[in-house]
Amino acid sequence: MMMNNTLKSLSNLSPGTTIRGKWYQKQYTIIKELGYGANGVVYLVRDSNRQAALKISDNPSSITSEVNVLKSFNKVQGSALGPSLLDVDDWEQQGKQHSFYVMEFIKGPDLLSFIQQKGSEWLGVLMLQLLADLEILHQNGWVFGDLKPENLLVTGPPARIRCIDVGGTTIKGRAIKEFTEFYDRGYWGLGSRKADERYDLFAVAMIIVNTSYPRRFNKTTGGLPQIMGMVKQKQELAKYETVINKALSGHYQTAGEMRRDVLSVLQPRKSGASSAQQAQAKSRVQVHKTRTGKHSSKPKKKSHFLETVFLIAAISMMYFFYLYSQVL
Amino acid sequence: MKTGTLKQVLLITDGCSNQGEDPIAMAALAKEQGISINVIGVMEQDVIDDQGLKEIEGIALAGGGVSQVVYSQQLSQTVQMVTRKAMTQTLQGVVNKELQQILGGGAKTMEDLPPEKRGEIMEVVDELGETVQLEVLILVDTSASMTHKLPTVKEALLDLSLSLNARSGSNRFSVFVFPGKHKEVEKLLDWTPKLESLTTIFSKLKTGGITPTGPAIKEAMSYFQQKRSLRSLLSRDDEQYFEESI
Ligand SMILES: Nc1ncnc2c1ncn2[C@@H]1O[C@H](COP(=O)(O)OP(=O)(O)O)[C@@H](O)[C@H]1O
Ligand SMILES: [Mg+2]
Repeated sequence: MMMNNTLKSLSNLSPGTTIRGKWYQKQYTIIKELGYGANGVVYLVRDSNRQAALKISDNPSSITSEVNVLKSFNKVQGSALGPSLLDVDDWEQQGKQHSFYVMEFIKGPDLLSFIQQKGSEWLGVLMLQLLADLEILHQNGWVFGDLKPENLLVTGPPARIRCIDVGGTTIKGRAIKEFTEFYDRGYWGLGSRKADERYDLFAVAMIIVNTSYPRRFNKTTGGLPQIMGMVKQKQELAKYETVINKALSGHYQTAGEMRRDVLSVLQPRKSGASSAQQAQAKSRVQVHKTRTGKHSSKPKKKSHFLETVFLIAAISMMYFFYLYSQVL
Repeated sequence: MKTGTLKQVLLITDGCSNQGEDPIAMAALAKEQGISINVIGVMEQDVIDDQGLKEIEGIALAGGGVSQVVYSQQLSQTVQMVTRKAMTQTLQGVVNKELQQILGGGAKTMEDLPPEKRGEIMEVVDELGETVQLEVLILVDTSASMTHKLPTVKEALLDLSLSLNARSGSNRFSVFVFPGKHKEVEKLLDWTPKLESLTTIFSKLKTGGITPTGPAIKEAMSYFQQKRSLRSLLSRDDEQYFEESI
């Protein structure tokens, strides 16, 4: 995408430039450019003494829309959907007015760079985190829309995936606001552009595919056969094949369903696993989801143990009474 | 809120007009009639010359629309983005007008309001964008230089209908090419909610000849007008339903 002229002029602000808000007079000093896209330029700035990210655009509507989404995200308690919003204002420069907002600076590489550096075993973990976040986002009536590795940063340690760029975030049931072809089910002829959970889950599957094809690939014959053909050519994708297939065909109704399948790919159950062990695995998912990390599996193990003992005792007792009554 | 139907022209070209009326003047004329003109400049490897670029930006500016220059590989994504942006821009204009009435002379546009007051207005604009009735007249330059770009243009238009048909509001598309076989402008596809029928017609298209951009825009306008007067005679109900549904 080529930038238009105003956006170009906003994209080469030099380090040290101060941006002062017209309405609230807060001042930000530019440290460096973090990146740009179709909707604006993002700078790393200093805000009195902390660092923050400032997104400025020549299009005030896109800034206002994104701010609306971020405000709504920030209201969701106990989760980190998108960067937190710090300030919204306009900047008057040489008689022109540009809208901007300031948000939490999310420090870390994008998803593909992270996996390249740290190894592919991180992919699964990060997808679990992403799917947990998406589930909350969906439950709050949103569909992220423009999910792609560039819009996913990994902060840490401890490693944590974060979504940025809410430009595509759409109210469920409306037409997706913004998307990128490779991750868009419409482009592949595999569904509409009406926002639903499955739209995002399709993109998650394409992100997994993308890790094996960093340069992506174009549509030729399109459809499921082409993508699954590409998946089969990569050995490292073999374990995700079923999950990818299900997500691309719209099989998963919720992010939670897809998350459970990813989890079982990463941690296959031992063939002889007892039902107690399975229940335990489940309860661990629950624990992770509600982020009460401290009460981990130990006490659970104990209580399951007690349960089993109690059950065996009860059955023995009944059997004993049965035998007893037979004897009498 | 009453907005009627959004009328857009989407002009896809790769360079300079060289015949007939000044396209910028024709775009200004269209704007006066409530039709916005959006322009997409398609390039191959070649660079668009300064004059071509000026014309593209000039037409969109005068026509109250949006313009964007792209390489043909990125056409699909751009076509939908420009159309969407243009819709928002027009709806923003409508809402701004409404705002002036509510707020009196003071605030002129959304940007005159403090940022925290803009959110709700944007929500209204978003909702209108989702539900408004949309008419897009697509004008495709088929002069010689466009020959190998046409398959991409076709793909992009099919993709556009996919995007717009995801909205709950209704859409109507029509497609014109210039220069036509016998006239400066030729109708390829009459108003239809589905652009898919384009596939067969497009592959038979012949390219070549001059680039009468101005006359093409002029003709497009008259097509909107005809349709409008016809519709207001025939389907009042449609109109009413639409206003109630907002
Ligand atoms: N909060 C943030 N923290 C760190 N980097 C960011 C942040 N927001 C954006 N960026 C960087 O800026 C780039 C462009 O921002 P983005 O919001 O995606 O713009 P666009 O909507 O134009 O695509 C991103 O790809 C990312 O590298
Ligand atoms: Mg982005």
